Amino acid sequence: MSESDKSPAPKPLGAQAISTSRRDFLNEVAVGALGIAGLGAVVITYRYLSPNVLFEPSSTFRAGNPDLYPVNSVTYLHEQQVYIVRTEQGFYAVSAVCTHLGCITQWKPDANQIACPCHGSKFRSDGTKIEGPAPRPLPHFSITLTVDGELMVNKLETVKPSQTLRV
Amino acid sequence: MATTSLDHALERLRSTRVWKSIFRRDPAHTNRTRSLAIFGNFFLHALPAKVRQQSLRVRATYYLGSATFFLFVVLTITGILLMLYYHPAVPQAYRDMKDLRFVVSNGVFLRNLHRLAAQAMVVAVFWHMFHVFYRGGYRPPREFNWVVGVGLLLITLFLSYTGYLLPWDQLAFWAITVGTNIISAMPALGKPIRFLLLGGNLVGENALLRFYVLHCVILPLVAVVLIGVHFWRVQKDGGLSVQQKVEEEEGGKEE
Repeated sequence: MSESDKSPAPKPLGAQAISTSRRDFLNEVAVGALGIAGLGAVVITYRYLSPNVLFEPSSTFRAGNPDLYPVNSVTYLHEQQVYIVRTEQGFYAVSAVCTHLGCITQWKPDANQIACPCHGSKFRSDGTKIEGPAPRPLPHFSITLTVDGELMVNKLETVKPSQTLRV
Repeated sequence: MATTSLDHALERLRSTRVWKSIFRRDPAHTNRTRSLAIFGNFFLHALPAKVRQQSLRVRATYYLGSATFFLFVVLTITGILLMLYYHPAVPQAYRDMKDLRFVVSNGVFLRNLHRLAAQAMVVAVFWHMFHVFYRGGYRPPREFNWVVGVGLLLITLFLSYTGYLLPWDQLAFWAITVGTNIISAMPALGKPIRFLLLGGNLVGENALLRFYVLHCVILPLVAVVLIGVHFWRVQKDGGLSVQQKVEEEEGGKEE
């Protein structure tokens, strides 16, 4: 307030340290507005491109009653491309999709291993790698028990191999 | 006699008002009117009005860039024709591909022409790049045009990749599954990009439609713009890069 009182008259634009002309100022405002609008357009386009409803098989599925799976067994669920493994410790779900290039592996009960037909990767029934070009072991999916006592697998959620479901 | 009457007819055609309204110049008899023929034509204006004779020799470039562009034109024409019989939907896409092979007249010819021209274009682009690289054509003042060329290489590869899914057979499905899994290995951005590209978590109907739009609209548009810049820069950067040695050899022979 005291500052403005001292100043005798409004100085002409640009006389002080202000180097911005009116044209530059308006240009900056315009560029800023366009930038904000452009950013908004990017966000809107990104949201538009991400579908809200997917007509895909659900990533979570019910694998039935635990009694369906005998102890020390590996069961391949063809629809879901998942192995349900039951050991004495409990249940776990292993992905059947090879970590090399995405082929569907097969459970070989005679050799007691999971083998990939495409490039010969081999895994144990707990998903750990025995050999082959696959870079990683087969991931384990989260497996839970529903209220009515059925196994429920969520393929979007991977868990540590040490995690098993005791029933 | 026939030629003179033809010349006479051509002369009369050139003096008509319609001809003059289109071309707005005299016949290309002099250097000036020949230059104007290039400058005044929308389709040729990116080309230089004059070129050095050495740069027209086959050994100077082997016409590799021209060959690539020719293949792009072939792919555009055959691609548009193929679009008239193709539905980007599951499972109709595979049936349309089979129809093109076995039912549509000359469909197998057009499909194979498109497929083989696409593979030839990838070869031509790489050959062109190797040639430019080993001849030093990337050096100043042409370094930016090299960058544009790398962009065109990527567009060519993306076009090949997106076109790969369209037959909707096992090869296509697994190739795109593998390819998009490679994308998702990229840290942080990989998974969202894969989701956007496929329009979901699996290679399905959305993915087919998205790859179709990318293949037929978005990538060709980007390619046309980059090709325009690429050609225009060749002229602005002082014409084609001609190897010094070739010029010297040529000079030696003439003496």
